Amino acid sequence: MNERPRFNLNLKETPGEYNFLLFESIKRLGVDFATGVPCGVQKHLISLLASDPEIRHVPATRESEAIGIAAGAYLAGKSPIIYMQNSGLLDSINSITSLLIAYEIPVLFSVTWRGYPGETAPQHFLNGKVTTTILDAISIPWYEINKENIEEVVGLAGKDIKTRGKSAVLLLPRGVLK
Amino acid sequence: MRRKEAIETLVDCFIGREKRPFVISSTGLISRELYNYQDQPEFFYMTGSLGLASSIALGLAISKPEKRVVAIDGDAALLLNMGSLATIAHFAPKNLIHILLDNSSYGSCSEEPSFSRTVDLREMAVTAGYPLTARVEDEENLFSTMSEFLEKDGPSFIHAVIELGGRRDLPRPLDLPSIARRFRQRLINKGNP
Repeated sequence: MNERPRFNLNLKETPGEYNFLLFESIKRLGVDFATGVPCGVQKHLISLLASDPEIRHVPATRESEAIGIAAGAYLAGKSPIIYMQNSGLLDSINSITSLLIAYEIPVLFSVTWRGYPGETAPQHFLNGKVTTTILDAISIPWYEINKENIEEVVGLAGKDIKTRGKSAVLLLPRGVLK
Repeated sequence: MRRKEAIETLVDCFIGREKRPFVISSTGLISRELYNYQDQPEFFYMTGSLGLASSIALGLAISKPEKRVVAIDGDAALLLNMGSLATIAHFAPKNLIHILLDNSSYGSCSEEPSFSRTVDLREMAVTAGYPLTARVEDEENLFSTMSEFLEKDGPSFIHAVIELGGRRDLPRPLDLPSIARRFRQRLINKGNP
């Protein structure tokens, strides 16, 4: 468990230590299935998920499709994680409300928080501002990750999933995993 | 053959089998017709999230390769989630059968026309890379093709051309968490044949 999994990155830099901490915390929850749509901020996490022999990795073409795939995996007894950017999260709210919430199918989300204070790309400004408002409105618990709280909040998200049967969202501002 | 006859033919085909497939049905009248004809623990009625029936079936088929999985899709739903054809063909689970009930319409809305009148969705599945496909237009061929594909390696695609119309006042599945729990228990129960 403590042994770092093999991974074959085509990336130039070595993953920062927080990537391993986040990945190991997620694995500790029993996650054994991963799907999603890539985001550069999560490149090392995605690579770690994709190369772990205990995790089945099934990337999707869009975020709502990933939610469907994860729901199917859950119904088959798996513990899925879905990675995406918050732009994709906002694109797939109906899949969360009318599938995951309506049928009580809990999954873990790892979501890059674009539009976070300091963002320079204007197309993300409003998404960043309303992401947590929308999650609150549909009663999905969310946790903002920083370098100090990774193990703690992943544990809390795990409790939402296992004991409350609720999906939970880890929000990753840019820079946290550097 | 309308939606009702197609769904009854499929269910009759599944129920008579020793190893029943697990079925994900698409939104609207497809799920309501299935639920009204026979309510079975191997059926998951996807009442919302239009387009995702084949994606749920993919996640399930990859996770349980020893079980047969059938997605009952509609043409408008498939057009809403076309990427699913690429993803399914890419991962190519042998145990997945994707059946399309194609009435070229948003049949659960007000029967507005869909673009399956101009695009051949079976050809889309072939182009995506499904190794086994068929087109059927009547109950007899639907029954025999489904029986045959349940014994063959997929992912396979059955393009069932159906006519518009049918009852619209069908009952709705209401207790959705129970449907999910029952389906999941049935699926992961090791004692289940």
